[in-house]
Amino acid sequence: MTGMREQKSVFQFIDKPLLWTYIALTLIGWIAIYAAVYNPQHQNLWDIQQNYGKQMIWILSSWLIMMILLSVHPRVYHHSGPLVYLVTMALGLTVAFLGREVNGARAWFEIGSFKLQPAEFMKLSTAMMVGYFFANQPIRMDRFSSQIMAGVWLFIPATLLLLQKDTGSALVYASFILVYYREGLSVNYLIYGLAIGLLSVLTLWLSMKTMWMVIPVLLVLYIVLAADSRKAFFNGIKLAVPAMALVSGVGYAFDHILLEHQKQRILVLLGKVDDLRGAGYNVHQSLIAIGSGGFWGKGFLQGTQTKFDFVPAQSTDFIFCTIAEEYGFWGSTVLLALFGFLLYRIFLIAERQPSAFGRVYGYSVGCIIFIHITINIGMTLGLLPVIGIPLPMISYGGSSLWSFTAMIAILLRLDTGRMLGIR
Amino acid sequence: MRFPGSTGSSKENRHALVMGIVLVILSLFLFRLLSIQILDNEYSELAQQNAIRRVDAYAPRGIIFDRNGHKIVVNRPIYDLMVVPSELPKPLDTLELASLIRISPLELSKRLIKAKNYSLFRPSLLHAQIRVEDFAPIQERLHDFSGIYAETRTVRTYLYPYAAHLLGYVGEASPELIEKSNGEYRPGDYVGVSGLEKTYENYLKGKRGVQYRYVDVRNREVGRYKNGVFDSLPIPGEDLHLGLDIELQVYAEKLMANKRGSVVAIEPSTGEILTMVSAPGYDPTLLVGNVRGHNYRKLQQDPLNPLFNRPLQAMYPPGSIVKSLQALVGQELNLIHPETRFPCGGGYAIAGHTVKCTHKHVALNLEESIQHSCNPYYCYVFKTVVDQNHGRRPREGYQIWYEYMKKFNLGRKCEVDLPNERKGIIPSPNYYDKIYGKNRWKSSTIISLAIGQGEFGITPLQMAHTMAIFANKGYYHRPHLVRSIGVTGQKKMKYREKFHIPIKPDNFRVVQDAMQKVVDAGTATAYGKIDSIIVCGKTGTAQNPQGKDHAVFVCFAPRENPRIAIAVLVENAGFGGVWAAPVASLMIEKYLKNSTKRHDLEQRLLKSRILPEGTDTIPTPTL
Repeated sequence: MTGMREQKSVFQFIDKPLLWTYIALTLIGWIAIYAAVYNPQHQNLWDIQQNYGKQMIWILSSWLIMMILLSVHPRVYHHSGPLVYLVTMALGLTVAFLGREVNGARAWFEIGSFKLQPAEFMKLSTAMMVGYFFANQPIRMDRFSSQIMAGVWLFIPATLLLLQKDTGSALVYASFILVYYREGLSVNYLIYGLAIGLLSVLTLWLSMKTMWMVIPVLLVLYIVLAADSRKAFFNGIKLAVPAMALVSGVGYAFDHILLEHQKQRILVLLGKVDDLRGAGYNVHQSLIAIGSGGFWGKGFLQGTQTKFDFVPAQSTDFIFCTIAEEYGFWGSTVLLALFGFLLYRIFLIAERQPSAFGRVYGYSVGCIIFIHITINIGMTLGLLPVIGIPLPMISYGGSSLWSFTAMIAILLRLDTGRMLGIR
Repeated sequence: MRFPGSTGSSKENRHALVMGIVLVILSLFLFRLLSIQILDNEYSELAQQNAIRRVDAYAPRGIIFDRNGHKIVVNRPIYDLMVVPSELPKPLDTLELASLIRISPLELSKRLIKAKNYSLFRPSLLHAQIRVEDFAPIQERLHDFSGIYAETRTVRTYLYPYAAHLLGYVGEASPELIEKSNGEYRPGDYVGVSGLEKTYENYLKGKRGVQYRYVDVRNREVGRYKNGVFDSLPIPGEDLHLGLDIELQVYAEKLMANKRGSVVAIEPSTGEILTMVSAPGYDPTLLVGNVRGHNYRKLQQDPLNPLFNRPLQAMYPPGSIVKSLQALVGQELNLIHPETRFPCGGGYAIAGHTVKCTHKHVALNLEESIQHSCNPYYCYVFKTVVDQNHGRRPREGYQIWYEYMKKFNLGRKCEVDLPNERKGIIPSPNYYDKIYGKNRWKSSTIISLAIGQGEFGITPLQMAHTMAIFANKGYYHRPHLVRSIGVTGQKKMKYREKFHIPIKPDNFRVVQDAMQKVVDAGTATAYGKIDSIIVCGKTGTAQNPQGKDHAVFVCFAPRENPRIAIAVLVENAGFGGVWAAPVASLMIEKYLKNSTKRHDLEQRLLKSRILPEGTDTIPTPTL
């Protein structure tokens, strides 16, 4: 098969619904960024001094990246996981010490006026590495040794990101629990995860000391009220001891590990602190902007809350605000539906891959995008604490757009390879 | 209940659960959106267009007090009219608006266009600095003009029409500063441009506050948004308490009226500056508000250069006052002692020319040489210092002398708390190496330094500072204006530090004896002597190649526990004893005794006029 013919076939067999959804999202993002930084004084669409001018460059260049990645032979992706992983982790380690500090996180390399964030590419490389691992190792996710091995690939980037003080990006790796679940991890882990989450929230809400009293009281009640006290005693202890450990761990982490502004954000979210001028300001302003959108929205460039700079970081972390204010419930629903469709397509494509690599990689990409959407919109809607991570394809930023583009491009290429019978 | 994946569940089930989780989260978001965008209208009420106005609350700058607690600089409220172009009524009656704020309709439309170009939605300044009394009629009519509202702010008010140079002034922050400041300064903010306002900007400026107010459709403020939970109060700037004695400052400026020159007075024990006059001065109020640009240009064009801050920036050859220093250095190096005598003979002849003396003295001793300001004596002293190695290696000798001058802060900055201080000139040995070549110069080449002439330049501040060191017999604090900042009353560390000059107090005493004689029975007796206060001083004449020499007098008093050290320089006034000494003497009397009986002398100074030919009496710019 010659290069030319294969090239043609790639575009013939490509998954068009996913491709079009991706393109639509990048363009919606650009319009939202334009509205967010709109200033009647600068109306030039191509002004590269403005975020929307720069974003247009990022969008065009990411389409170019898409084309390039689509023309690479799928075999390259099957085998390059370890190398890409090594390189990006090395970058992640370097930036933690030599990078430029922006808003407290030392996460950027600065080359001239160009800023590069290795964290964005570490997500991509981890997806490739995990895929490689499942394709080339005898893995059984019901075994402890496999679970540990699988955990290591996440532990490394998460640690590097914590070193960079980029807590938001570190949290992204939690989403791999769904990937591992798909590959055979017991559903109990998801339940444990949920339980841990609930216990943590309860601890922060009620305070560690209260929980120290509540758990033993519940244990005693359980033992006393149970039909078989002896059995209940052992079962109860089995639950209570880890719960106590978790409560203490969360309490300790909150008091000693989290930074002051992170604590504030959590306390505000739990409604324990009413600080509308400080930590609660962003979210409160964000809710006003969204709420004022109503059903139909205020229309393109008509948003007042975002115009007056009430909402900070409008073109990056709080971009959803601008969309919800200008296009209302209707527009927000369309955006959520597009994201839903994107994820549906990604998981569908992942499922139909013949190779373990393709499937695991596809799930990884889907889960990464999913947790970004969850954390970002959850934060904007005041459901989750303020954690600065981008909304995929929408938020302003070159590194993240390139990285998400590459993730999707590689998945599309793997998928066309399947159609062409290439493994 | 069975979960996919508990045991032996199929792949399809696992896929379905993942998609299920996605669906749950997205639905959760949809419900949340439904609730805040449609069901609950609390948020949309909050965002109701134009209902909330953000008004900056400017922080008043810190107040400046003198050493006795007199206010010197305070604030007075004024109003700025702001405009939000998108909220203006359509059509807008520009004629009426123009007449209301008393500007031409053309000017008004220019400003409106400028505001529109800046932003339709953000407020721009429409008319700045309306006085309280002028604002009342405007306020009554303001409700006819939605989109226009007033912001209160304050401007500087100077309670004394003096001390302009040291107080400095404030101006609007420049675009570069705004760019650099990272949000600290915004367009329209004031910033200290010169003087104390500049040096202590960080303390004086305070912190801006913000208020959110409800505005009804008629542009009236109807209340505070959410009872002010988002508001922050402005934090006023910190007050400055100066060591300056404003009454003494005023007195000194009056004495220096219609003269050019400087007066600097320092409290020796603390280094606090009591008075700092640059004559001619100007009324600091001239540089407040929207008349500043006009008046500034006028002052700039004045041939007498009133904007020039002479005490810090004018350098003069010190003349004879340097003799006291020579006497100290010579003694400290054990090269002369109080009974050392050098011949005068009316001049000191070297290499074909003569350094002349005013009189023909007999061979004088140290004390008499200062008392009568004998030039040849100090040529010998200087030569002895430079040629201390039997005439060999004069560079080493000069280096030692040079180091001593530096210890007195001559040829280097005193680090006073004002901008643009100059360090003066004392040539280094390297400088002479460059001019004459290595080992090609000797004491006779540079002999004019001996009597404070030649390539020798010091500022009036340095003269007063040197006197403070003499008064203290060898120690000093860096001269400074601000004795404490804010409620905590802290003084900058830099000015608390005490420095010692490696010269024995005994040697200072010998020179003090001589300087006391200068005033009691020497070159400054006629106008310098005060009954019941022992004054030590030294006259000088600073050579001026452009015209008549400058008169210099430095002194301190009282001799025991000195409370004031003064340097007075009157340009083109000739001999120091006649014009400079009486200014210092009257000031000492004013400061230590609060009044003088020498009314004739006082009147003579207040009325006299010593200005170069061709310049008028100092014109007063209009307000």
